[in-house]
Amino acid sequence: MTIIILLISISLTIALCFLGAFIWGLRSGQYDDVYGPSVRILFEDKVEKKEK
Amino acid sequence: MIQEKETDVELICFHCGQICNDEVSYVDDKPFCCFGCKTVFEILDSNNLCEYYNLSESPGVHLDLVDDKKYVYLDETEIRKKLLSFESTSFSKVTFYIPAIHCISCVWLLEHLNRLNSGVIRSEVNFPKKSVTIDFNPTQITLSKIAALLDSVGYYPSVNLENEKKSSDQSHKSLVIKLAIAGFCFGNVMLFSFPEYLGIDQSDHALLRIFSWLNWGLSVPVFLFSASDYLTAAWKSFKQKQINIDVPIAAGLIALFSRSSYDIFTSTGSGYLDSFTGLVFFLLIGRWFQGKTYESLSFDRDFKSYFPLAVHKKIVDGWKPVIIYDLCKGDEVRIRHMEIIPADSVLHADQAYIDYSFVTGESKPIKVVRGDQIYAGGRLIGQPIEMVIEKPTSQSHLTSLWNHEAFRKRQESNYQRIIDRSARVFTWVVMGIAVVTAIYWQINSPTKMWLIVTSVLMVACPCALALAAPFTYGSMLRVFGRNNFYLKNADVIERLAAIDAVVFDKTGTLTHTKKPMVSFQGELSSLEMSYVKALTSCSTHPLSNIVSQSIKKKGNVSIVNFREIPGQGLEAYVEDRLLRVGSSVFVGFKEVLPTQASYVFVSIDHEIKGYFAISISLRSNISEMITQLGKKCVALLSGDNDSDKGIMKLLFGESVALKFNQGPHDKLDFIKSLQNQGKRVMMLGDGLNDAGAMKQSQVGIAVTDDTGTFTPACDGILQGDRLHQLDQFLSLAKRSSSILKMAFSISFFYNLVALAFAVTDHLTPLTAAILMPISSISVVGFSTLAVNFVSRKLSQSNPS
Repeated sequence: MTIIILLISISLTIALCFLGAFIWGLRSGQYDDVYGPSVRILFEDKVEKKEK
Repeated sequence: MIQEKETDVELICFHCGQICNDEVSYVDDKPFCCFGCKTVFEILDSNNLCEYYNLSESPGVHLDLVDDKKYVYLDETEIRKKLLSFESTSFSKVTFYIPAIHCISCVWLLEHLNRLNSGVIRSEVNFPKKSVTIDFNPTQITLSKIAALLDSVGYYPSVNLENEKKSSDQSHKSLVIKLAIAGFCFGNVMLFSFPEYLGIDQSDHALLRIFSWLNWGLSVPVFLFSASDYLTAAWKSFKQKQINIDVPIAAGLIALFSRSSYDIFTSTGSGYLDSFTGLVFFLLIGRWFQGKTYESLSFDRDFKSYFPLAVHKKIVDGWKPVIIYDLCKGDEVRIRHMEIIPADSVLHADQAYIDYSFVTGESKPIKVVRGDQIYAGGRLIGQPIEMVIEKPTSQSHLTSLWNHEAFRKRQESNYQRIIDRSARVFTWVVMGIAVVTAIYWQINSPTKMWLIVTSVLMVACPCALALAAPFTYGSMLRVFGRNNFYLKNADVIERLAAIDAVVFDKTGTLTHTKKPMVSFQGELSSLEMSYVKALTSCSTHPLSNIVSQSIKKKGNVSIVNFREIPGQGLEAYVEDRLLRVGSSVFVGFKEVLPTQASYVFVSIDHEIKGYFAISISLRSNISEMITQLGKKCVALLSGDNDSDKGIMKLLFGESVALKFNQGPHDKLDFIKSLQNQGKRVMMLGDGLNDAGAMKQSQVGIAVTDDTGTFTPACDGILQGDRLHQLDQFLSLAKRSSSILKMAFSISFFYNLVALAFAVTDHLTPLTAAILMPISSISVVGFSTLAVNFVSRKLSQSNPS
């Protein structure tokens, strides 16, 4: 049964990493604008039509 | 040419999507309603930015041209320092609030600013906040140029030096972190508690001990960090000898945590830590749900954000922008068309028209002549003027309203929420039960006494009770928000439910400010109509402007011998016919017309052709709403003169008090006198002159057509086209109060069941772990569903 202790410690560590990642993301403002990035990814820069 | 054709077929402007009324101009066969829209298109076209128009239909913003010196004041060191979030010699960063942001195209254009000016390094839009953050090179472009650039493409930045939003943003973030930690610990504690509930083999006792210690370790951050708000709030109210909802919650949390710790340390049991972490998690979800805020709206603005930041002051060799709070008596300043008068002053030009509609409620611009007093807050219409400051801005006639005591007291302090009233009763009942149980078990089985008393406190924790209000009011807040009625916070709904007197402002609230109703009585051919338009468009008189804008015809006629006779009217020869437009005396009109409207008479070759009647235009469907409100509708307070008294009397009926010529202080005092009669008053207004009354009333609602424009401090913002639903909003608020009471009884029922288990010593960790989530979930489910059920009608009537 000692293997379960090892497994639990691994799962807890991984889960803590995710929690840390979430808090980091929140603190660094990644959740401030949840609409903008969804449209920004679709913008593409077209080739210049006119010669300047 | 295409321009010559009659524009009865409505043309839609390619840029802003509005109907083209005036001169239509064409570029590449695309119609534009005004020079501004056309210019924006040309700017974008020449910079290869026409992708803008492909992303969404008519994305542009209608633009009135402004002169380029408008933003020069931003380059003053003092102002620049306040606005920039980072500054160095080659790199600066600034964030502007731009009310016009509304679609994908806006995001696209604003993030491609560097194509318009290479000095812009990078720009990023925050959509929910309607702001854009711009990184730029200050050696290539100045701050004022950036603002002017934004303005030139139709996105004028709204500059405000106060950063009132930062703190609420921070507290929201810390709440989410607390919630995340509580959720994380709750999930893991549940996982580790499962073996115990499933009756794991006793031979693995050592494993169970490890799980218990892990649970305890996971609960410590929940107790010390996530639940800290409840503990400190309870301590605070305890010190003030007041009992609110936080006290029984904190008592329950402490009882749960210490009892569980005792069980684990002495290895007498596994504790109730899953219930404990779950409880904190649910409580925080409630808080988060209730804390919905409208990021792009501001509810706490005072006059400071209405006034401009700076004006041009005369110095020895020219004009220099200065911050308006640095102005003192005797300074000479210059104001341009559509700018706001910053301080009480004396006019130093021959004449000017000042629009005081936002300050006094007076709907028509007022004419002032040299030497007259001009009051702060008015908006100049027409030619630039010079004036001499009489009083500093902070002491002007208008701003003195903010020195009134109504602005100093905090409204919430004397207000007792339903939840706290219930919590007080609840706490005393629980205390009583705990004492009785303690005495009973002390006599019968003294060793068990402490264990049972702690379980009573544990299950009495009013978690479901505390969730009922956030979810009922929080859902209602969202329903209102979907219907363009934005409230400052969920507590306002509770106050709305108690309202028994509604007071309206007239100009801008019941009526449209910008669109007066113009009707023509008489006979004019469409050619003659275009004569009138040609003539009136030559004058700057407010009535001429209204008439000119109301005529949709377009014709190229030349005007000869144009004369404007002050106080009388206009005359000119159009195609050899004498056209006169003006007052009844001017054209020789004899009949007496009702005084509900202003009239402009037209004569051609001394023959009277008819008149334009210009009256206020009410918002649609208002009379129905007022009938529905019935006795609740108490008064109309208008800053305007009583020329509309007849219309208003028809609208409101006899029983409603109609008061005209009311100054800001009169309005405030009227609300106060209603409150002294024991009424709970709701004030609807739009301008600065209503600010005092809105602050004094229990619920102050600002009515606006465009949520991006200035609204005075208020509890809620209602979009003008939804004003007719006011009665429905009020009755929904009332209904949500009854839903809340039902949710309370559900949660009391669960508390009673749990207490029965506790006093008889049958509360096992498993019972607690089942009862607590069930009670919370059923209360949350009930209140959310009930709110959506009662408000379904409101959403149906507005499919948008």
